[in-house]
Amino acid sequence: MRRKAWLFNMDKKKTFVEDIDRSIYDIRNEDRYSYKSDKGLTRDIIIEISKQKNEPKWMLDFRLKSLETYENTALPTWGPNLDDLDMDNIVTYVKPDTEMKGTWEEIPSEIKDTFVKLGIPKAEHEYLAGVGAQYDSEVVYHSIKEELVKQGVIYSDMESAIRDYEDIVKEYFMKLVPPNDHKFVALHGAVWSGGSFVYVPEGVEVDIPLQSYFRSNSPGAGQFEHTLIIVEKGAKLHFIEGCSAPKYSVTNLHAGCVELYVKEDATLRYSTIENWSRNMMNLNTKRAVVDKNGSIEWISGSFGSKVSMLYPMSILKGEGARSEFTSITFAGKGQILDTGTKVVHSAPYTSSTINTKSISKGGGQAIYRGSVTVTPNAHHSKSTISCESLMMDDISVSDTIPVLDIMNDEVEIGHEAKIGKISDDTIFYLMSRGISEEEAKAMIVRGFAEPIAKELPLEYAVEMNNLIKLELEGSIG
Amino acid sequence: MNNELIKIIDLYTSTTENKEILSGLNLTVNKGEVHVIMGPNGAGKSTLMNAIMGHPRYEVTAGRIEFEGEDITELKTDERARKGIFLSFQTPEEVPGITVEGMLKGARFAATGEPVRSIRFRKEMKEKLDILQFDESYATRYLNVGFSGGEKKKNEVFQMMMLNPKLAILDEIDSGLDVDAIRSVANGINNYMDEDKSLLIITHSNKLLDYVKPDFVHILMDGRIVKTGDASVAKEIIDNGFMEYKEVVDL
Repeated sequence: MRRKAWLFNMDKKKTFVEDIDRSIYDIRNEDRYSYKSDKGLTRDIIIEISKQKNEPKWMLDFRLKSLETYENTALPTWGPNLDDLDMDNIVTYVKPDTEMKGTWEEIPSEIKDTFVKLGIPKAEHEYLAGVGAQYDSEVVYHSIKEELVKQGVIYSDMESAIRDYEDIVKEYFMKLVPPNDHKFVALHGAVWSGGSFVYVPEGVEVDIPLQSYFRSNSPGAGQFEHTLIIVEKGAKLHFIEGCSAPKYSVTNLHAGCVELYVKEDATLRYSTIENWSRNMMNLNTKRAVVDKNGSIEWISGSFGSKVSMLYPMSILKGEGARSEFTSITFAGKGQILDTGTKVVHSAPYTSSTINTKSISKGGGQAIYRGSVTVTPNAHHSKSTISCESLMMDDISVSDTIPVLDIMNDEVEIGHEAKIGKISDDTIFYLMSRGISEEEAKAMIVRGFAEPIAKELPLEYAVEMNNLIKLELEGSIG
Repeated sequence: MNNELIKIIDLYTSTTENKEILSGLNLTVNKGEVHVIMGPNGAGKSTLMNAIMGHPRYEVTAGRIEFEGEDITELKTDERARKGIFLSFQTPEEVPGITVEGMLKGARFAATGEPVRSIRFRKEMKEKLDILQFDESYATRYLNVGFSGGEKKKNEVFQMMMLNPKLAILDEIDSGLDVDAIRSVANGINNYMDEDKSLLIITHSNKLLDYVKPDFVHILMDGRIVKTGDASVAKEIIDNGFMEYKEVVDL
């Protein structure tokens, strides 16, 4: 790989900025629930979760088998230190004190107000075709536009999907990300709860995005939502996921799982902004499999959390399949954000583009870890990788760990990595125009993030810029 | 109230490398005046510009800078800019992701504290861009990214016109420009200039001085001004070089 110094400069004047309130993201509601499992992980807890959910036996069996796998799998031997994670102290299931509703009015006001402040009902009203809202372990609200239902589009919570579309779920659930993949998907398989199920039938183009929002409120709890999306031949979908949690002093765990099936000629754009509080261990697994001439587009923003390990993977299975991965990561004080992507080119004429940006500040660590594999039969495949990192000071850390495994000569691979510190000369240039030092830095970071922002729907681009502003203004959390 | 805009009094600077660059520099620029500073490489011209603008790397070790009678030696760069000092850079920074318009709106907002009205602002930009014979599309491009040397210089003058400072310091604004570009840039400068404003121009040539007439020309050597005269001094330097003044300094 080539690594070149970029915007390299010395930093003489340091600005001190006050800590600010995390405002809306930090609304901490009373921990009210109708059922909450004991701390830790046992067979009994899992049987109880399954019972609470009224699940078919195959799912209970699946959970118990996953638990066995979990117990027999070691922690990863690479990546950030996970010592702070003590599974004996994590509550794996918190059922909120409400059933799932179809209107916001029916939801208890405290929970409703949280989502209102996060802007979800407004977004639903203005530019979404459907919304799911999860509070701790269960989805509390779900809606979808009538036109889509008429076209056969299914958008529901996972629990309803098991009940109403059992055959489809059984065919796809954790087939792309099997529980024996690594310790935290095994855990997910055992205790998963909530999440979204989307099915777009052949040829149907969903022009307006669907959005699921996951809110974790309960202290010391885990959130294990499962997202399963199937986009049939020639169909099209834009799915958005948002996540946030208030800050607690105890460690919370997020180990979600996302499985995306993109069929022949189908297109799926999957956008997420994960914005966790700084007590969250975010160990999330996302994967897409793409058939002939299909296309997966990942847009990923990682903010917050104490430790993140997140490497969405694209398996380009059919000839001409495409993957585009665009991400931004912001690591502040005390955070280790180890993120990246994996692509497997396993058919001819497949192509992938990876474009990642990371910002680190106040001693935060932003690490790009990724791999591109081209199998022997995937001739005429193309991959372009670009990783850029911006460090805001001398104490922050940035690293790039790319792996290329190319088993074929007839391929085109391009890789570029740029790691650098924010330039004092650029700050001076903007300040000489009357712009304050803080705003100058914010401008440079906004500009750095602009290629990602312009891929997001306007409202999310605004949210992302706000998050960047929050991160720059203070050591949040 | 006198007519002094900026007054530099017995200024000494050092860089963080601790190498003294200005050593007892005095300079007063009155409102409405055009001053030119010439000097050999390494004489301290860029240091002077950076010191006036308050670059953190150039530390003032003695002396002071007054702007409209107020001591600004300790002010931060952005505060100086908002008081009406502008510096055009010899090699302007590229800022990916931020448009020229976006930056200027940010600067305008910082100066006025009032929301910038987009339509009116665009109209204002268009007027200035026309004077510079600079295509409107430049305002929507990322700041200096992919601009040629000449385009960057024009963009500096454009920013000056939009920000409308009291004192504009132009650091080699004419270098690397062809005849047509010089004329456009000069049009911009003359459009900006009036009796209440001042210019401090650093140059190595008389290309710009054919269009912008200086009231004073200073020779800067070894961190001090060693001679001050009228426009004829510039001509003399361009014809004969700095050798004559070198001797003055050596004495």
